[in-house]
Amino acid sequence: MTTVPYSSSLGRETTYLNHSHKIRSWLLTLDHKRIAILYMISITFFFMIGGAAAVLMRLELMTPQGDLVKAETYNKLFTMHGVMMVFFFLIPSIPAVLGNFLIPLMVGAKDLAFPRLNLASWYLFMIGGLFALASLVAGGVDTGWTFYTPYSSTYSNSYVVLAVVGIFINGFSSILTGLNFIVTIHTMRAPGLTWFRLPLFCWSLYATSLIFILGTPVLAITLVLVGVERIFHIGVFDPSLGGDPILFQHLFWFYSHPAVYIMVLPSMGVVSEVITCFSRKRIFGYAFVAFSSVAIAVLGFLVWGHHLFVSGQSIYGGLIFSILSFMVAIPSGVKVFNWTATLYKGSIALQTPMLYCLGFIGLFTIGGLTGLYVASIAVDVHVTDTYFIIAHFHYIMVGGAVMAYMAGLHFWWPKMTGKMYSEWMGRFSALLIFVGFNLTFFPQFILGYLGMPRRYYAYAPEFQALNVLSSAGASVLGVGYLLPLLYLLWSLRWGKNAGPNPFRATGLEWKTSSPPPTENFEKTPIVNEEAYAYHRMEMTGDTVATH
Amino acid sequence: MTPSQPIDPHALDRHHVQGLAHHFDDMDQQHEAATLGMWAFLATEVLFFGGALAGYAVYRSRYGDAFAAASHHLYLWIGVINTAVLLTSSFMMALAVNAAKHGNRKKVVTFLILTILLGLAFLCIKGIEYYLDYREHLVPGSIFEANWHEMFPHIDGAHPGSMMFLRQVQLFLMFYYILTGIHAVHMIVGISVMIVLTVKAARGRYTAEYNSPIDMAGLYWHFVDVVWIFLLPLLYMVQH
Repeated sequence: MTTVPYSSSLGRETTYLNHSHKIRSWLLTLDHKRIAILYMISITFFFMIGGAAAVLMRLELMTPQGDLVKAETYNKLFTMHGVMMVFFFLIPSIPAVLGNFLIPLMVGAKDLAFPRLNLASWYLFMIGGLFALASLVAGGVDTGWTFYTPYSSTYSNSYVVLAVVGIFINGFSSILTGLNFIVTIHTMRAPGLTWFRLPLFCWSLYATSLIFILGTPVLAITLVLVGVERIFHIGVFDPSLGGDPILFQHLFWFYSHPAVYIMVLPSMGVVSEVITCFSRKRIFGYAFVAFSSVAIAVLGFLVWGHHLFVSGQSIYGGLIFSILSFMVAIPSGVKVFNWTATLYKGSIALQTPMLYCLGFIGLFTIGGLTGLYVASIAVDVHVTDTYFIIAHFHYIMVGGAVMAYMAGLHFWWPKMTGKMYSEWMGRFSALLIFVGFNLTFFPQFILGYLGMPRRYYAYAPEFQALNVLSSAGASVLGVGYLLPLLYLLWSLRWGKNAGPNPFRATGLEWKTSSPPPTENFEKTPIVNEEAYAYHRMEMTGDTVATH
Repeated sequence: MTPSQPIDPHALDRHHVQGLAHHFDDMDQQHEAATLGMWAFLATEVLFFGGALAGYAVYRSRYGDAFAAASHHLYLWIGVINTAVLLTSSFMMALAVNAAKHGNRKKVVTFLILTILLGLAFLCIKGIEYYLDYREHLVPGSIFEANWHEMFPHIDGAHPGSMMFLRQVQLFLMFYYILTGIHAVHMIVGISVMIVLTVKAARGRYTAEYNSPIDMAGLYWHFVDVVWIFLLPLLYMVQH
C-alpha cells in the first residue's frame, strides 16, 4: 500500500522514527515527537504500577474482613495508587504525550519553542518517578496521596520525604511543559493560523498550561514546607507552634483542585477534535467551546475550599466555595451541549476513537453532575470520605480523562506510528472499558451513599455484594486496558500502513505524512480557513483544503 | 510573528544567523519566545514564593505581637546593607544587558563579573548573618527552647500565654529561614547561570543581534532582587 503524501519529494522513508535507531538518538533527542513517545512509554509503566496497586485493593475488598493484606499495607496501596495515577499518569497523560506530539504539528511549527527544556522536563519526570518508586521499594507511604498534615509531617512512620521529593521534582516537569506550550501557541503559529482558527485541542491545552504554571508552584512550596517540617521536626504546620494543619489543606488544594482540570481539560480538547471528525461537521459554537476551557481554568482556581467543607473552614467560606463550585458546571455544560449539538444531524461513524468519546460524554456528565451533589454543603457533609467521593472523581478521572486519553491515542496512533490497529479489537476494548468502568464504579456511588467510608481495608458485611460487583468490574476494566496494549503493539509490526490522513480529518497534523518527518513539514504550511471545515470537505471531497 | 504575514523567504535562510535555533523563522520570533517564556516562568516563581507568603500572612495576622517581637531580634542593618548590595548587583546586570544590546563584549563580561561578585557578597553577608543569628540562639527548636530567656527576659515562662508567645516566635523564625533560604537558592542558581553566560560572552557567543540569554538572565536576576525587596520589610521591619 503506497501512502505517498501530497508532496512526493518528501521521501517517505525518513521519518522521525527511523532517521536513527541508536539509543542515544532517543535519550538525547530534542524532537518533540520522540519526547512524546518517551513520555508514552514512561506513563504506561507508571500506569501499570498504579493499576497493580488498584488490583490488590479490589482483591482485598472482595471480602468484608481484612484478610489478603494488612491494614498498613492497604494504606500504602491506596497511597501508591493515588500518587502514581495522579502525578505520574493522569497529569502528564494527554499534555505530555499527545500535546507534546501534536501542538507543534497543529500550529504548523517545526518543534516546541524550547526543545531542550522539553527534554529536560522528561528527565525531571523520570527522576521524580524514580524517587516515588524508591519510596515504594523502601517500604511505601501510608498518608494517602493528599499528604495531610500533621500525619504526614509528624506521625507517619513511612517514606514520606522520598515521595514528596519525587512529586516536587515532577512538578517542575509539569511547569516546563506548560511553559513550552504557552510560548509555542503564542509565538509559533503558522502564517494565517489566527487564534480562532486554532484547533480546540490547542485552546484546551493552553488553558491547562495556565494551571500548570500557576498552580504547580504552590504545590511545590507546600511540599517543601512539609519536607522541612518532617526533617527538622519543626515547621509551619506544626500545631504545637500555633501552626495550622488546615493551612496545609488550603495550599494543597489550591493546586490539587485545579489539577483535576489539568486532567480533564486536555480530555475535552481531544473530544472536540474527535467528535467533529466522526460527525463530519464543524464544531457547534467554536468560540464558546474555546472560552469555556479558559473559564474552567480560571474558575478552577477559585473552588479549592470545597475540599474543606468538614475541615473547620468558616461556614461563610464554605458557602462561597459552594457557589463558585456550582459555577464550574456552566462552562462544563457549555461543552457537553456543544458536543451534543455537533453530533446532531452529523454523519456519525462509530469508529474506535468516537466510541471512547461518546463514552466520555456520558461518564463525564455523570461525574460532573455528582460533582454538583458534593458541591452542596449539606450533601457533602453526608458523603465526605465515603465511596461516593471515590466514585465521583473516578467518573471524572477514569471515565473522563482516561477515556479521552484512549480516544486520543486511537485517533492519533496512525499519525504517530504510521500504522493502523485492528478496528474491531479497538471497538471491542472500548466497549469492554465502558462496561467494566461502570460496573466498577457505579456500585461505589451506592456504597458511599449508604455510608461505606473510603480508605478502610475492612467493611461491614452488608456492603459485600456491591463490593464484589465492583471488583468484578475492575477485572473487566483491567482486561480492557490490557487489550489495547497488545493490539497497539501488534499494529507496529503487522498493522496496515495508515497513510497521512486515514480518518479524513482536518487540521495541519494530517497534512503531513504518517509518521511525520523530523522537521514536521517540508515547508511551513499557510492556513486560510477555520479549524473544522468538514462541511467544505464533504462538499468538495477535498482532503487537502490548505497547502 | 504576525500570523497573517507571508513568510519572508530570507528569514528561512538561517544558516548564516548566529544563535538562531533551527525551529524559529527569525531572530524576532526567537527573542519573543524567550521573553514570553521567561515571564511565564517568573509568574510561576511568584506563585512559588506566594504560597509561602500566604502562610506568612495568615500567621502574622494571628500572631502580630510575637512576629513583631521576633522581628526585632533580627539584624536590620545587615538586611539593609544586603539590600544595597543586591540592588547594586541588579544595576550591574542592567548595564550588562545594555552592553549586550550594543554588542560590546568587553563591557558585557565586566558587568556580568561585577553582578556575580556582588551576588556572592550578598550570600557571604547572609551567611555571616545566619551565624550571628545562631549565636543569638535565633534557631527554632531545642536551641531556642533552652535559651529564650536571654532574648525575652521579661517573659514569665510559667505563664501558659507566654509559652504560646514563645512558640509563635519560633513560627516566625521558621518563615525567616525558609523564605531567606529559598531566596538564597535562587541566588545560587542565578549566579551559576551567569558564570556560564560570562564564559560564553567572553568567547564571543553574543552579538548585538543575538543576546537573548543575557536579557533573560537579567529578568531573572531582577526578579530575585524584587523578592528580596519584599522580604526585607516582611521579615526585618515588622511592627505589628
